[in-house]
Amino acid sequence: MPRITVDVDGTTYTDDVSPRTLLVQYLREQLGKVGTVVGCDTSNCGACTVHLDGQSVKSCSVLAVQADGHEVTTIEALARDGRLHPVQRAFHDNHALQCGFCTPGMIMQALDLLAEDPEPDDERIREGLEGNLCRCTGYQNIVRAVREASRQMRPGAGPAMEHSGRTPAPRASTEQADTRVTGGQS
Amino acid sequence: MTATPVSPSEPEIGRARRRKEDARLVTGRTRWTDNMSLPGMVHLAVLRSPVAHARISAVDTTEARRMPGVHEVVTGADLAERQGSMPCAWPVTPDMKTPYAPALAVEEVHFAGEAVAMVAARSAAEARDALDAIDVDYEDREVVLDIEAAARDDSPLVHEELGTNRSATWTFDSAEAGTGGDVEQALRDAEIRLDRTFRQQRLIPAFMEPRSVLVDPTGEQYTVWSSTQVPHILRTMMAMTLGVGEHKIRVIAPDVGGGFGGKLQVTPEEMLTFLMAERLGRPVKWTESRSETMVSGHHGRDQVQRLSLAARADGTVTGLKVDLLADMGAYLRLIAPGIPVLGALMFNAIYKFDSYRFTCTNVFTTKTPTDAYRGAGRPEATFAIERMMDELAAELDMDPLEVRRRNWINHDEFPFDTVAGLTYDSGNYEAATDRAVEMFGYQQLRDEQLRRRQRGDTVQLGIGVSTFTEMCGLAPSRVFGSLSYGAGGWEHSQVRVLPTGKVEVVTGTSPHGQGHVTAWSQLVADRLGVPFEDVEVLHGDTQSSPRGLDTYGSRSLAVGGVAAVRAADRVIDKARSIAAHLLECSEQDLDFSAGRFSVRGTDRGMELTEVALAAFTAHDLPEGVEPNLDAEVSHDPENFSFPHGTHLCAAEVDTETGRVRIRSYVCVDDVGTVVNPLVVEGQVHGGLAQGIAQALYEEAVHDEDGTLTTATLADYLVPSAVDLPEFHTDRTETEATSNPIGVKGVGEAGTIASTPAVVNAVVDALRPYGVTDVRMPCSPQRVWRALSGARASSATAAESGGGLGSVDPDQAFPTGGDR
Repeated sequence: MPRITVDVDGTTYTDDVSPRTLLVQYLREQLGKVGTVVGCDTSNCGACTVHLDGQSVKSCSVLAVQADGHEVTTIEALARDGRLHPVQRAFHDNHALQCGFCTPGMIMQALDLLAEDPEPDDERIREGLEGNLCRCTGYQNIVRAVREASRQMRPGAGPAMEHSGRTPAPRASTEQADTRVTGGQS
Repeated sequence: MTATPVSPSEPEIGRARRRKEDARLVTGRTRWTDNMSLPGMVHLAVLRSPVAHARISAVDTTEARRMPGVHEVVTGADLAERQGSMPCAWPVTPDMKTPYAPALAVEEVHFAGEAVAMVAARSAAEARDALDAIDVDYEDREVVLDIEAAARDDSPLVHEELGTNRSATWTFDSAEAGTGGDVEQALRDAEIRLDRTFRQQRLIPAFMEPRSVLVDPTGEQYTVWSSTQVPHILRTMMAMTLGVGEHKIRVIAPDVGGGFGGKLQVTPEEMLTFLMAERLGRPVKWTESRSETMVSGHHGRDQVQRLSLAARADGTVTGLKVDLLADMGAYLRLIAPGIPVLGALMFNAIYKFDSYRFTCTNVFTTKTPTDAYRGAGRPEATFAIERMMDELAAELDMDPLEVRRRNWINHDEFPFDTVAGLTYDSGNYEAATDRAVEMFGYQQLRDEQLRRRQRGDTVQLGIGVSTFTEMCGLAPSRVFGSLSYGAGGWEHSQVRVLPTGKVEVVTGTSPHGQGHVTAWSQLVADRLGVPFEDVEVLHGDTQSSPRGLDTYGSRSLAVGGVAAVRAADRVIDKARSIAAHLLECSEQDLDFSAGRFSVRGTDRGMELTEVALAAFTAHDLPEGVEPNLDAEVSHDPENFSFPHGTHLCAAEVDTETGRVRIRSYVCVDDVGTVVNPLVVEGQVHGGLAQGIAQALYEEAVHDEDGTLTTATLADYLVPSAVDLPEFHTDRTETEATSNPIGVKGVGEAGTIASTPAVVNAVVDALRPYGVTDVRMPCSPQRVWRALSGARASSATAAESGGGLGSVDPDQAFPTGGDR
């Protein structure tokens, strides 16, 4: 079995993986990174979207061995020290999720979209999220959330800010400093 | 999670609280069933029939048993004595024909996708590998696919032993029921008579989280985690089906990724995972692939609807006759036979019809079983009547809104006894419609439509109207009883005030995206006068929430939420007697407000928190009062609730390509009292998306062998963000009178009304071309064919035009051929 070394959310892992193991299977089954989910087996739904070296990929269509020597960022790395990333917060504030199953992929794709186009209009947002399906929301609040996040993130808040390795990039939004993740607990 | 500054006196009901649920979901801290792993756990994979109808002549598992990592291989024959028959809880008629429905097929398969064998192995991959090594010999039998042909006497049979493909025929007649006149008479006397046939295509719920089941047999009880809407029903049904003591089963619905009725089911895979765990004595997990969901999770809709409508020349409808065929698929699943019956009470919609007759025949075919899908019977009914009202308007050359006005129940006529035998408690159809018309700019759009028609624009504008009401808050148990449903419709809640004053609310509803944790917190916080943050909602585990009937049918708030409110009221009553004792006054002298008992006319009083502590310490309680502030209620509503609304859709139809673009969508819904407007709006959006998807994009299509050809999300067109418009929503609020907080239910509203609004818009755009119907989904192909073969539109492809939603139809179908 091939041996791979991957940086996932700031931790370096070295593992033997079977050549056919998909990145998403490696994340979920070997690393316990179950925040990233599988919604289909044809790369249509986008629920498994993560970033590979700062670009969004559907982790069901990447082999684990292809991630060898690369850096993977998942939904689990976005909030830091209990503080939400501006996109996470915008999803919360705008009720952009219901069951939440598509949300990790949707947020990771939204980040990619905003990195490419920091001030997208609604049409551009819809196009940028076309590869991510949501069955609950009808997308309207997701579009709203991404629009709001784009306003709250300073220009240049692209892949560099997501790197969660040893040299944490400065976080973009001042919002993040005062948003605590408490789940309604006081 | 965000601390929005608010005044403490602002009521929680009506506040756009951000959801408590989100904190975990946006950060990936989730508990989907497939996320769980237990020590010693093995993985289950299920082998499925590739053919729709066949006898199983041989199954060879020798090779599979030798595969690496394989613990066990089981066939239907191995389980024949153990597995029982999958339950159907709704025998709609006493003579309903119910086939034997094994979880694992024993002698015969009746749909492509039916489970025939299963493998338990160390890893999921090894289990799937071993499936390929199982050899099954199938002797093909005739497939039965077309619902109308299946209903005929000369059809090949799905289940030979039943002697017919007709499972049951259910009838309602207003003359016999005494709720109205004789519809045959009305049709004979009609000044206008319309006869139409509509097709409700087969849909797939397509929840985002594939189903998953984990069974742990290593405790004193079997613990079952399942991605289900109905943990309580599952527990009872599992016990009854497998002959296991109900007290020996604990069911947990952890985070559940959507359901839409698709997880209102007791599934073969739940039984199989249980039986494998029982066999191996170790935890077993099954998680399906998307393709498995599509072929084996139940489908929805799939009806042929024949309607005859009698009217006077002034547009007054005098009678409606409905004759349905409903495709059950291969077996009768949990509540499938009753789905059309739920629609039976809704065909008269918001209107005052004099006479009504409904007949539905449930039919077997060799296809995936059907059952509830968002709206369950009511979208089908609403679609049919709202299409008919537009047809009547066209026939009379009258504005479709005017036809509806002439027939609907006026706001001063409530409560109103309908021709279908229900009593609508409240509503204001005029107000909702007026508001929708104003938001939509109805007249301007009609003017534009006229201009486009006059100049022969290749892109025509259509305006679609749909009103709706639905019966939700399922349901008064006595009504369920009268419809022969196998359970009641009550809901249970317990409210507990802890010694520190924090509050736990136990609910028997089982949310999977609806935000009950947030909404129930608001309800109880208001009632008890405690902070929103101090309320915890417990659900989805038969151990912590022992009683309940779960979440479906827009029932959770109207039944379960009301149960929580009533339980909170009982807590207050209980606390009142303790407070009176400690304050040395009579209970009648105590006022309770904002979490504090005050002795009237004095400045003395006690916080609820103090009473809770006093109850806990129990040092000084009145005689006969137990030392806690817990209370519970099983609430059985006296009536359904009846949300309603008016939806308006403007659609641009390209007459050259057949492509439909929704230009504007406005809806004004009346769902009664709104607990959380953010959540309500979200439910409406999601409902609209699914209803529009039925109108324009989705269809489960089978080929001539009975193979589902839309078995992936590449072929089954769940709309993406680019396929849907921006919705413009508003509300009117007419309180329900059937519960103390005036709520009605919102989960299905958007789905119910949007489908006919969109199709009416498409047909409206094309009427000048002689088009009177376009079958759903109104794909570019279907629209184009309707136009090019106008009037033959209802005879267009039996197979789907699905798959064309966002594709240029000119490219895909240069010659307009069927796929």
